[in-house]
Amino acid sequence: MKILHCPLNGPRNISEFVCLGEAKTVPELEAGAAQWADFVFMERNPAGRVREWWLHVATSYVFLVDRDTRTDEILATYRIGDPRLAQATSRDGAP
Amino acid sequence: MSGQPARLSAPSGAFIDRSRPLTFTFDGRDYEAFAGDTVASALAANRIKLISRSFKYHRPRGIFSLASCEANTLVEVNGAPNIFAERHLLSDGDRVRGQNYSGSLAHDCNAWIGAFGRFLPVGFYYHAFFRPRGAWRLWEPILRRIAGLGQVDVNAAHGYYDKAYLFADVAVIGGGPAGLSAALAASQEGARVLIVDDQPVLGGSLNYTRCDAAGMRAQAERNALAAKVAGTARITVMTGASCEGVFADRWLAIVRGRRLYKLRADRAVLATGALEQPAVFRNNDLPGIMLGSAAQRLIKAYGVRPGKSAVVLTANDFGYGVTLDLADAGVNVAAVIDVRGYIKASALRSAVAARTIRIEAGTMVSEALGRAHLHAVRIGRVQPNAGYAAPFAAIDCDLLCVSTGFAPNLALAAQGGARLVYDQRTAMYRPQDLPQGVTVAGAANQRFELGAVIADGERAGRAIAAGEPGESALSATHPLPICMHPRGKEFVDFDEDLTVRDIKDTIASGFDDIQLLKRYSTAGMGPSQGKHSAVNTVRIAALARGENESLIGTTTFRPPYCGESFGVLAGRSFDPVRRTPMHHRHVEAGAQMMVAGAWLRPAYYGDPAEAEQAVANEVAAVRGRAGLIDVSTLGKIEIRGPDAAEFVDRIYFTPHRKQPVNRTRYAVMTDATGAITDDGIVCRLSERHFFVTATTSGVDAAVRAMYLWNAHWQLDVDIAHVTAAYAAVNLAGPQSRAILALLCSDVDLASAAFPYMGVRTGHMAGVPARLLRVGFVGELGFEIHIPAGCGEFVWDRILEAGRASGLKPFGVEAQRLLRLEKGHIIVGQDTDGLTHPLEVGMRWNAAAKPFFIGSAALAAHQQRGIERILVGFELDAVSARPKECHLVIERNEIAGRVTSCAYSAALGRAIGLAYVRPHQSEPGQTFSIRVDGGKLVRARVVTLPFYDPGNARQNA
Repeated sequence: MKILHCPLNGPRNISEFVCLGEAKTVPELEAGAAQWADFVFMERNPAGRVREWWLHVATSYVFLVDRDTRTDEILATYRIGDPRLAQATSRDGAP
Repeated sequence: MSGQPARLSAPSGAFIDRSRPLTFTFDGRDYEAFAGDTVASALAANRIKLISRSFKYHRPRGIFSLASCEANTLVEVNGAPNIFAERHLLSDGDRVRGQNYSGSLAHDCNAWIGAFGRFLPVGFYYHAFFRPRGAWRLWEPILRRIAGLGQVDVNAAHGYYDKAYLFADVAVIGGGPAGLSAALAASQEGARVLIVDDQPVLGGSLNYTRCDAAGMRAQAERNALAAKVAGTARITVMTGASCEGVFADRWLAIVRGRRLYKLRADRAVLATGALEQPAVFRNNDLPGIMLGSAAQRLIKAYGVRPGKSAVVLTANDFGYGVTLDLADAGVNVAAVIDVRGYIKASALRSAVAARTIRIEAGTMVSEALGRAHLHAVRIGRVQPNAGYAAPFAAIDCDLLCVSTGFAPNLALAAQGGARLVYDQRTAMYRPQDLPQGVTVAGAANQRFELGAVIADGERAGRAIAAGEPGESALSATHPLPICMHPRGKEFVDFDEDLTVRDIKDTIASGFDDIQLLKRYSTAGMGPSQGKHSAVNTVRIAALARGENESLIGTTTFRPPYCGESFGVLAGRSFDPVRRTPMHHRHVEAGAQMMVAGAWLRPAYYGDPAEAEQAVANEVAAVRGRAGLIDVSTLGKIEIRGPDAAEFVDRIYFTPHRKQPVNRTRYAVMTDATGAITDDGIVCRLSERHFFVTATTSGVDAAVRAMYLWNAHWQLDVDIAHVTAAYAAVNLAGPQSRAILALLCSDVDLASAAFPYMGVRTGHMAGVPARLLRVGFVGELGFEIHIPAGCGEFVWDRILEAGRASGLKPFGVEAQRLLRLEKGHIIVGQDTDGLTHPLEVGMRWNAAAKPFFIGSAALAAHQQRGIERILVGFELDAVSARPKECHLVIERNEIAGRVTSCAYSAALGRAIGLAYVRPHQSEPGQTFSIRVDGGKLVRARVVTLPFYDPGNARQNA
C-alpha cells in the first residue's frame, strides 16, 4: 500500500485518503456557461505531473498533491496557502 | 509399514528429528516418517516416487524441484486440496492423497489421454468444443471432471484465520547466505531487521549445496551466520513464513500458517535466491528425474537417498557438487553428462574425476526411458540450436539429476515494479528500475560463488547500489539446455503439460508476443506461475523467432508468489456496521433491522410473518395518534463562521442567504452538472451558525463536496461533520405536541410561537436538544436532536410520555409510505445521477438566486427545456400494482419510469411517483405503465401531495 505524506498528519496509508480530482481554477461566480462547462467537463489528464486535491478522511483535511500519472509517484504535497504553490504553479494556473 | 527404506543415517537430515517418529497415510496405506519431514520428503523416504498425475495427459509425476511450488507435488492433506507436498510439514496421523487421477494413482483410468497427446494440440479446447453452437454445454461437464486440479470439499470445517501488522527498518526476504549477511550488515548500522524465510531452518542453499570438494564449507558458513544472527538483538527471524507479495512503498504480504502479516519496511532486501531450472528433453517429466538441488535437499535436509543409480546432467560446477553428494550418500553415479564442450577446471570437477566417475563432455540427454518411473537415459552429442542429439549410448539409472542452470528468483522484485532484462552474457534475468528502497542481493542478483554471495548481501544490507555480476554468473547457467526430439514429449511446462511443439505451434499460429504466447498456450499459468517454465519458454520463443531472449520480454509477475488459501485472504470477516444509540431498544421491541448504508435501522416492529400488518399499524398510529422514529442515521453538519450564510447559499440550490434565524428550510444540493446529490434541512441557529442535515448515505459525499468547494473559495467558515455526535428522533402525529409538552418546558410549543419550519433549542427531559418542526411524514411533527450519549435515555422518556396517547415506534417501511403519501422524494430512489431540480418540480428564481454550484448547468438545462418530469400518479383499485423501475410506455416507446409505488390505506388506492414526458404531466392526464408480465396499466396524474393537500395537518 502506498504512503502519502499529509501536510497535517505526516505519512499515512493511502487508504485513509480520498482523491477529490484534478486541481483546476474555479470560475468566478458570475462566469458564463462556457467557462463552467470547461471547468466541469474538461480535465487536462496529462501523462506526467498532475496536481490534485486530496482529503484525509479521518481529519477532514484538504490539501494538494503533485503526482506523476505515469508512475503513480507522489512528487510533493502542499497545504493550502503553501508558499511553494506560488512558485510551482501547474500549467493552467491552478492553485 | 515399510520402515523408511530410503532413509540415510545421521548426520544427514538436518531438518528432521529422528527422536520423534510419526505415521501418516498416503492413498490409504500407512507409512512412517519423522517430525520435520514434509509430505514430499516422507514419501521419498518410503521410496514412493509417484505423487500425482499431470493436469492434461495424466502422466505420472514425482518430486522435481522441492522449491518451485509446481503442480507435480500437489496433494490432498486431510481433505484440503492442492497442498504443495514440499511445503506441508507432516503431523502424526495426516491423511495424504494424490490428486488428479481416477481409479488409483498407480493405475489412472485417464492415463490413455497421454497416448492421444498429438490430437490435443495447444488451443485444442478453443477449436474443438465450441462448434456447433451449444456444444460446449455438452462437453463442459465431461472436461471439467477430467481436467482441473484437486477437489474442493464443500463441507470442510471453517478454519480460524487472521491478520496482523509488522514494522521493520529493514525487511530481508530470504534467510540464505545473502539474506543473513544483509541482515547482519544492516543491524550493525542500527536498523531493526526482520528476516523472513519460507523454510523451517535458516540458511537457504547452505543447507543443501556443496561448494567445496570436502563438503564442509556450506554447513560451517551456515552455522557461523546463523549464530551471529541469533546473537543480534535487533534481528527478528520468521521462518516458515512466505513473502507472497511486494506492494507499493515496501508493503509486504507475509503468510505464516493461518496468519497474513502486512509488513511495512523502510527498506527491503530481496535475497530470494535462484531457482534451479529444468533441462528440456523427451520424457523429462518422468518420476526419478529431479533437479540436482532437489536431490541435495533430500540427502542433506531430510536424510533421504534419492535413488540407487544416478546420472547427473549438468552445465555448471553445481552438478559436480551434486555428484559428490550423491556418491557420499551411497548412490552409484553412473555418469556425469556435461552439456558444455569445454569444461573449466574446478576443485569439484577434479574431485569427481578423482573418484573415477565417467564424465561425458559436450553431450546431452536426448531421451529418458521408463513408463511409471525412469529406468535409463539415452545420450547424444549436443547439436546447435537445441537440435536432436542422436543417441550414441544408453545408461541405466533410476535417478537423473539436472543441474544445467538457474533463474534468479525475481518474482517479488518484479511485483514491486522492477523490469526484468535478459542478460545474454549470463543467460539470466537481472532486475532494472527497482522501486525505491528495494535491493536485490545474492543469487537473485546473479552471485553464485559463496564469497560473492555473502559480500553482495553485506552490500545490500548497507544500502549500497549493486555492481555488475561477477565471474561466477558467467558459468552458472547454460543458455539453451534443450534437446528437441522428433517424437516430442519434451516438457517445457510441467503444470500445464506443454511441450516444445506446443510453444512452437503457438508462435506459428501468430501468438508470438510473450503475453499472447502465455495466454494462448497457458505456459506459466499453472500453480508454479512459470517458476520452472518461463525461462525455457522464452528461449524457445527466441529460437523460433530468431531473436535474442532480451527482445522477447517477460510476462507480468503478480502476487501471490506461491499461492495462498482463500482463508488467509479472507481472514476474520470485518464487516463493520453502525448502530444508533437506541439500537438495543429497537431490538428489545422486536424490530426487524435492515441495512441502510453502513447503518442498521428498524424496518418495522414485529413478526416478519405479519410484516404488512405491522407496517399498516405503524402508519395508522402516526396518522391517528403519534409515532416515533429513530432518525439518528441522518447526516449532520455544523457550519459556523462569518461567511456561513454565504457558504450555505452557494452550496445549496435553495436560497439561504436571507434565511431568518430560528427558521429551517428544505435544502437541495446539486453537483456542478446541476444533478441533485443530496437533500436535507438547513437550520439557522444564529447569524453565523447553521445546522444542516443530510441523507444517511449521502452525508459523506456532501461533506467532501463542502470541503472541496471551500478549498477553492476559502470562505471564513468551519465545516464540522457531526453525524455521530447527535442522536435524533422524529416525533410525528396529531398527539406529538402534547407528548412533547410533557418533556420540554423551556420551549413554547404553541403553533404560533413555534410554527412549521421553525427551529428551537431547549431541553428534553433535562437533556439539551434542538427541536425542528418538520413535515416529512405529513403530520404535525418534531425532529429532535440530542447528544448521542443521551439518545437511549430520551427515546425511553418520549415513549413513556406517549404511552397514554398511544404513541408507537415506527420503522423505515412505514416512513417510506408516509412520505410517499405526502409526495416527498427520496434522493437516490426518486432521483438518479442526472435528475436536476427542475425535473422534480422545483422552481428556480435565477434573479433572486443567481449562483449555486450547479447554477450554470441548470441555466443550460432550463434553456434546453426539460424532457421528463416527476409526477404523482394514482391507479384504479383493480389495476396490477407497478414496481419501482417499471417503465412508462408511450406508443411502444419508453417514456419514463416508476420510482416509487405503494398502496395507501389513508387514500384507499395505490399511489406512486414516476418520470413522464412533460406533455403527459398535467393533473388528470393518464399514461401507461408496463408491469410484470408485459401488461399495460393506466395511471392518472394527480397533484402532489396525495395526502392532506392543504397541509393543514403538518402546519397544525
